[in-house]
Amino acid sequence: MIRSRTTGPRSLIVVCAAFVVCLVASPPQAEQSPASPSADRRSDGLAAWQQVYMVLTHQRCINCHTATNYPQQGDDRHRHFANVVRGPEGRGVPGLHCATCHQEANADSTGAPGSHNWHLAPLSMAWQDPHDQLLSSAELCRVLTDRSKNHDMDGSALLQHHAEDKLVGWAWEPGRGLNGLPRTLPPLSRPQFADATRRWVEAGTPCPPGQAGE
Amino acid sequence: MATYQLTINGQRREVMTDPSTPLLWVLREDLKLTGTKYGCGVSACGACTVHVAGVATRSCMVPVSMIGDRPVVTIEAIGQDPVGKVVQDAWVSHDVVQCGYCQSGQIMSAVALLKHTPNPTDQNIEESMGGNICRCGTYPRIRQAIKAAAQHLQ
Repeated sequence: MIRSRTTGPRSLIVVCAAFVVCLVASPPQAEQSPASPSADRRSDGLAAWQQVYMVLTHQRCINCHTATNYPQQGDDRHRHFANVVRGPEGRGVPGLHCATCHQEANADSTGAPGSHNWHLAPLSMAWQDPHDQLLSSAELCRVLTDRSKNHDMDGSALLQHHAEDKLVGWAWEPGRGLNGLPRTLPPLSRPQFADATRRWVEAGTPCPPGQAGE
Repeated sequence: MATYQLTINGQRREVMTDPSTPLLWVLREDLKLTGTKYGCGVSACGACTVHVAGVATRSCMVPVSMIGDRPVVTIEAIGQDPVGKVVQDAWVSHDVVQCGYCQSGQIMSAVALLKHTPNPTDQNIEESMGGNICRCGTYPRIRQAIKAAAQHLQ
């Protein structure tokens, strides 16, 4: 600072004091922004989750993620015919295994869907309640991310399951039914579903607030 | 049309047919093994049950093109299996059969059950046999015969 006849220690003190006042009066930049990065990330994640939820609750998925002792079938999710039951490992019972009818690929000539390792999801991964109602978005999200229920899958494992598992992939190649008509597809393509899952996982797998039934 | 080499009851058999032809039709019409029956054609009744690689399979629903080299066993040969022989004997001793149409499938399913569950409970029997339909209603005797076979096998 250039000292002049009019600038002395007192003036320097005043300038410094004013500087300090300005610092105190100005809050940190982050607190001033109404949309912090963490809030944006959670919001994006929740939006991605809603897309994931739409697929998970489609009939091609939820017919095997049942809370019942049997699989469901059809777009109306009726009980699987022929008295088929879950069995101890979700693969049916001796004499009436899933493989009794379901082979490694769709049999469009006979209407039997098929894929590798055809079986039911475990009861811990039921996406319905005991009254055959779909879980809410909040409840399903909590079930899906509960590692005590989902075979200890973290976010990356969930993403891999959604993006690469063969049986999961059947949902997008479900073949034709007994009436010869193509089975309906989930609302997103598999690449879109995988992308939504990725965005949800990258956001930390946030779950919407709320309780069952909301 | 395509040619398939199949292992049926321990023998290699060759058939030329459309790939989408259900195994049931191949067995009955091409190979003249008519013991396996057509009941519904949509896997709802179990009359068409055979064993494919040891798994009870509804032959009306599986195209022959999906069989590959998995061995197929039909009702004609199940008596050569130790468990199958016991089941057949139990069926005879308990006079299970009425019209008989469903019984090939019933026996094949019962053998599959006993091979996996040698001492089945009533619930085991109900769950494993519940997909085999009998219009004559021989279910009580089927249950008795399965239990008798299980006892004999122990």
